[in-house]
Amino acid sequence: MKYGILVNEGPYTHQASDSAYKFTKAAIDKGHEVFRVFFYHDGVNNGTSLAVPPQDDRHIPDQWSALAKDHGVDLVLCVAAAQRRGILDEDEAKRNGKTSHNVIEGFRISGLGQLIEAGIQADRLVVFGD
Amino acid sequence: MDNDDDQVVKKFMYMNRKAPYGTIYALESLEVVLIAAAFDQDVSLVFADDGVYQLTNSQSTDDIGMKNFSPTYSALGDYDIKKIYIEKESLDERGLTLEDLQALTYEDEDDDWAEKDSIHLVSREELAEVIDQQDVVFSF
Amino acid sequence: MSMLHTVNKSPFERNALESCIRLAKAGSSVLLMEDGVIAAMQGTKYSQSMAEAMANISFYVLGPDLKARGLSEGNVVEGVKVVDYNGFVDLTVAHDSVQSWL
Repeated sequence: MKYGILVNEGPYTHQASDSAYKFTKAAIDKGHEVFRVFFYHDGVNNGTSLAVPPQDDRHIPDQWSALAKDHGVDLVLCVAAAQRRGILDEDEAKRNGKTSHNVIEGFRISGLGQLIEAGIQADRLVVFGD
Repeated sequence: MDNDDDQVVKKFMYMNRKAPYGTIYALESLEVVLIAAAFDQDVSLVFADDGVYQLTNSQSTDDIGMKNFSPTYSALGDYDIKKIYIEKESLDERGLTLEDLQALTYEDEDDDWAEKDSIHLVSREELAEVIDQQDVVFSF
Repeated sequence: MSMLHTVNKSPFERNALESCIRLAKAGSSVLLMEDGVIAAMQGTKYSQSMAEAMANISFYVLGPDLKARGLSEGNVVEGVKVVDYNGFVDLTVAHDSVQSWL
């Protein structure tokens, strides 16, 4: 089965991104395809490269990043939501005259159309949020 | 259209259950709806619980320093979004009637562009039926 | 059509479960997860409405979220089935669509 996942909340404050990660991992381990995880609202904070959680805590952005690397999951940050919240990749930083960028490897920034497309192409869209 | 498998038409529903301004969900939900309109899917919007407050007709945000996005709802008809369901019980519980909400209309191209009501006031049972028929449910 | 509904809020905090129960069609399923698992427990003021809703709706609860909150699988309302994340995935396969009551 082909899945699209929507994550509406950032890491650590809400359990939503942990639940989404656990679900995604379980689906992949069972042989399903998770072809896209779309991050919206504060969910875009899952894609920051600047998170430094304590050693004994899980590193949520790194966990997602590994899913992209190991399983080719397409991790997409909504561009409008990301810009509002100061999450910029190199291109967006340049375009907006910013000197630094902070999107972790494995994530890409794109438009809301990618969410709609996930809804169209996936057999199931599962939403995690607050 | 920027949709490369445009044969697929799914029933997309946007479930709005939160009041505006206290959180950003109402605004960012509306942004998704407007983008989604370009994809030619069968779109329904539901306003239930505190979501009915998103459509109140006299919003004024000057004093809270936020943009009043409520006028944007009246553009939904231009985007061919004309299935807007409001749960009657949610209005009743909050002492509201349709009079307190903005009127939302669309122009019917099959009827000489006559202006028609996009808002469907539905009972709990009717809404349950609508929800059950959806392929994809977006909630924010 | 059959729909899987997910509820991740405690009924003591928000009305997500109440809204879900009133709008879920007979024959659909509800998965309680995150803080939503609180509704699955026996002896709360919501246990009775849970039991009544179970006449028409199948209820599941996410075990890892129960355990995390110190709640025992043995004390869930009778008829509520405990699943893990694999079971959650299986539920999404077994239903035609998923609605999250955020």
